[in-house]
Amino acid sequence: MAIFSVYVVNKAGGLIYQLDHYAPRADTEKTFSFPLDLVLRPHDERVVVAFGQRDGIRVGHAVLAINGAEVNGRFTADGKDVLEFLNNPANYPVSIRFGRHRLSSNEKLMLASMFHSLFAIGSQLSPEVGSSGIEMLETDTFKLHCFQTLTGIKFVVLADPRQAGIDSLLRKIYEIYSDFALKNPFYSLEMPIRCELFDQNLKLALEVAEKAGPFGPGS
Amino acid sequence: MSRPPGRKQEYHKISRELFVLTYGALVAQLCKDYEKDEDVNTCLDRMGYGIGVRLIDDFLARSSVKKCRSYSETADVIAQVAFKMYLGVTPSVSCSSAAGNEFSLILDKNPLVDFVEELPAERASLCYCNLLCGVIRGALEMVHLAAEVTFLQDRLKGDAVTEIGITFLRKAEDRKHKRN
Repeated sequence: MAIFSVYVVNKAGGLIYQLDHYAPRADTEKTFSFPLDLVLRPHDERVVVAFGQRDGIRVGHAVLAINGAEVNGRFTADGKDVLEFLNNPANYPVSIRFGRHRLSSNEKLMLASMFHSLFAIGSQLSPEVGSSGIEMLETDTFKLHCFQTLTGIKFVVLADPRQAGIDSLLRKIYEIYSDFALKNPFYSLEMPIRCELFDQNLKLALEVAEKAGPFGPGS
Repeated sequence: MSRPPGRKQEYHKISRELFVLTYGALVAQLCKDYEKDEDVNTCLDRMGYGIGVRLIDDFLARSSVKKCRSYSETADVIAQVAFKMYLGVTPSVSCSSAAGNEFSLILDKNPLVDFVEELPAERASLCYCNLLCGVIRGALEMVHLAAEVTFLQDRLKGDAVTEIGITFLRKAEDRKHKRN
């Protein structure tokens, strides 16, 4: 049972807080000889595995490091294009580390504002007047729960689909926000939350919710 | 004053006297800082506003009231839930306009003026509890209800009761991303 991440979005759709809570992903580092039996292709700003899944290296994993040096998007640490580098037999044998790419903070900001817009669209699409926005988004690997307060702040939690008690967790996060963020006189409203106490108490609440397991707290 | 995390919600009580004294000290200091009563009143209102915009989330988080569907429902919630929760008193609500957007809260007990009998002669137009007006105004603004909140009657000034008037103005403009 796991809670993967928490996002807090302000009234204007800007991300003011984000926490990733999932276990460290497993990176796979292997040495390869020419020719590479994986099919790589560029995707956005990274090089990802398109085909040839094996040994823990899965489709969708990105190239994280070559020969120990972290890659910078599509380029190696010394500025060479990754795909060109790997097409050149002279560079082999080479050790490449693959893993799931973590979202950068810019990407998270973008996704949060996109979700904010979708949330509003959700409430407008409703056949009933005065409907709420998106409350839950379900996929096969996670469930996204969203709670919007009457003041317009949204709390978004991504969790395992079997995890229960997220509703009460969202209310609890609202309480923690109203305590440790709002009551902090040095915190300005709508700005990114940089309060140590908020972090600590949030992590504690997540752990309590996770321990409670699939039946929610109080079971 | 923070709540120990993980435990069931507890209200950490502090002394009421301390709170009332702190408020009194605040008003006294403002009176020293500003000569005119209007300035003190404005200052109190602004401070209250700053409190209100933060207090509203605390109120909503703890009381889990549903969204109010009318002004009178809002006024009732303010009087019966919010005042009860924060000051321990329950003012009575009355609607004072045909349009249904003016309400008054009549406080027969006001903890903030426990130790004050009447205002000094040179501070005759001071609204001692103007902080409360600011709090209500700030809180309402955060739930997209613009309102004017003032003291209509004040026991400290010799009136029979203390009356806070809330006038709801036109509902705040709905912005591009309409929130329901």
